[in-house]
Amino acid sequence: MSDDPLLIVRDLEKHYPVRSGLLRRVTGHVEAVDGVSFDVHEGETVGLVGESGSGKSTTATTMLGLEESTSGEIRFDGEPITAFDGDERERFRRRAQIVFQDPNSAFDPRLTVGESVAEPLAIHGLRDPDRRREVAVDALERVGLSAADADRYPREFSGGQKQRVALARALVLDPDLLVVDEPVSALDVSVQAEILSLLAELQTDLGLAMVLISHDLGVVRQVCDRVCVMYLGEIVERGPTDRLFDDPQHPYTEALLSSIPEPDPRGRDDADGTAPVELTGDVPDPSNPPSGCSFHPRCHRVVPPESFAFADGRFRRVLDLRLAVENGDLSPDEFDDSSAVRTEYGLVDELSDADAERVLTEAAEAVSAGELDAAADRLGAFDTVCERTDPALEPTAAGHHAACHRRGESVEGSSEAE
Amino acid sequence: MADPLLSVRDLHVRFDGDDGTVRAVDGVDFDVRTGETVCLVGESGSGKTVACESITRLISTESAEITGEVRFDGTDLTALSESALESYRGGRIGHVFQNPQDALDPVYTVGAQVVEAIRIHRDVSKSAARAEAIELLDRVGIGDVTERFDDYPHQFSGGMKQRAVVAMALACDPDILIADEPTTALDVTIQRQVLELLADLQEEREMALLFVTHDLGVVAEVADRVVVMYAGNVMETADVYELFDAPAHPYTRALLDCLPGRGEGFETIGGAIPDPTDPPAGCRFRPRCPHAIPECEGGDQPGFRPVGPADGEADGDGANETGPVEHRVSCVLYDDTHGVPSDLEGGR
Repeated sequence: MSDDPLLIVRDLEKHYPVRSGLLRRVTGHVEAVDGVSFDVHEGETVGLVGESGSGKSTTATTMLGLEESTSGEIRFDGEPITAFDGDERERFRRRAQIVFQDPNSAFDPRLTVGESVAEPLAIHGLRDPDRRREVAVDALERVGLSAADADRYPREFSGGQKQRVALARALVLDPDLLVVDEPVSALDVSVQAEILSLLAELQTDLGLAMVLISHDLGVVRQVCDRVCVMYLGEIVERGPTDRLFDDPQHPYTEALLSSIPEPDPRGRDDADGTAPVELTGDVPDPSNPPSGCSFHPRCHRVVPPESFAFADGRFRRVLDLRLAVENGDLSPDEFDDSSAVRTEYGLVDELSDADAERVLTEAAEAVSAGELDAAADRLGAFDTVCERTDPALEPTAAGHHAACHRRGESVEGSSEAE
Repeated sequence: MADPLLSVRDLHVRFDGDDGTVRAVDGVDFDVRTGETVCLVGESGSGKTVACESITRLISTESAEITGEVRFDGTDLTALSESALESYRGGRIGHVFQNPQDALDPVYTVGAQVVEAIRIHRDVSKSAARAEAIELLDRVGIGDVTERFDDYPHQFSGGMKQRAVVAMALACDPDILIADEPTTALDVTIQRQVLELLADLQEEREMALLFVTHDLGVVAEVADRVVVMYAGNVMETADVYELFDAPAHPYTRALLDCLPGRGEGFETIGGAIPDPTDPPAGCRFRPRCPHAIPECEGGDQPGFRPVGPADGEADGDGANETGPVEHRVSCVLYDDTHGVPSDLEGGR
């Protein structure tokens, strides 16, 4: 195994134009992938994990050249893929394979499984049909199917078996890099385990470099050596799987970990005293991402303003109120008086900092009086570094990379004080 | 003890397929009591969806033959005419499905669809229904409802669509909500939000919840009791703590071992689910069961045997002493004449 990574992705960006109006003029951009960098070495599996809309699948299709990138560099075996000529591009397409999420739509229903698996061989110039079949049958056996399966049609297979066939088709060209996009999310838990164990086995036996894309951290944990956590087109945390799971540095990773249903009913009583992190709201609109750290509108550890002292956790609620006022997400007629505003946002108790309390009191009164502009003006005093500047992906005290202003501060040390 | 709210007995659902009769549900019994959450858990093809769709005959009786008894609050739903059943469907019995995309009509606004759900069963004015719909949407966590009321489904994210579908299901204040994989299509973070919403609503409204899922992780989060299905049959029913502490059926045990973080590495069950047109005789799980003995063959799926509670752990509520036997398993190994294999005994 050489030390140089097989695949290098640097500052990859992929923007899609947003068109509107009669003339379909470009009126904005969706930054689906916004500056992503990572390496994949031979013989290792790197996980890309994140919610829908985080840009993980776009990263995969762009880095394989299936879509043109907006900017950034992708090197495969040392060479930039954009510089490939015809032959080189064909060679790259053979050496780098992708398997998509839904095995049910991955096959032509009119072709036998053997024909489907052999098709890439024909495309890449293997003319002898007997030889093609031989290679296809080998690949099918490799993924746990049999030679007899080659003559059956896709509809005769279960979802898990179809995913095996999809893997066989990706393997017939003997690739060096295999990208698997949500390989098990359409499958039953029991079948998931089979496919994941097959992936791990193939990777070890063939020494593949693998990129696994999933929204499920449980899946990533089982097969990946290293993990990149993505949020709104950016990598927010990157590190070896064990370290990232044991000591998450980004609050988003922490929230994702905490969202995995625990296979133990006693876990819901929070017997260990750690309340689960609940993320409020959905992933924001990628055509209009939040300023600064794009996670700040949902972050439970958002950094309070330097000029005020907040008990931990309280600033999140104050910021929720501020964002609701600014975005026009609340209507003043909902509230009879200022205490109703405070109740709605969980701010019934007085804030410990007298200055902050004064601002909040005035703002709550302004909201209940219907003066949203005045309220927004008052609440503007509560600004945070998280919305001013976008944190860079940098090494943390835990040894791996995270993009968070709390860098270095232990996540444990700042648990909620209430 | 009062009769359960919903009681399903000896339910069979058969479809005529090209390759013979598909026995999708093959003799299923379970109960749901007022205010409790029962999880119907199983893999694809276990018959869990068909079983719960048969309750209100969402499956057309033209394509399927449904037999057995479905008692809801004293009424046998299987004996009702289609029009009589319609007042239950979406009325006292609410439904939430896996894919919110399919449950919402793309050409009507979300608000209009909730209003329709209210007015279809109750004689209320349009404006009263609108006010109620706003309240419901607000309750399920659609922020800024007055603004979003006239949005179309495509303007909602997946999680918000599922919230809207839940609001529609709540429109007639159902006694039971049947939720079929309501969070499977959602991201984990959104799944958690929807699960918490359902739990809160259930408590508020003392609503029973029949929750269908393939994910034992979700079961652990929401269930009071669990019904484990395999190949159209119930393999085991138990209190959720009992089930995770001391799974009795070899199938339940195998399914639990597949969970990440529970089994050692990659545990798999091996083999495949049986052909629904030609299921094996005897226990349906026998061909894949590591503990199978000659008695497992022949006849029908074994009848239920009681399983003793896990050692010593009374678990506080002590319901087992007075109530019916809560933990039952369809496995001959639990007969008195056979010793339970030591590796199946007790829990972990």
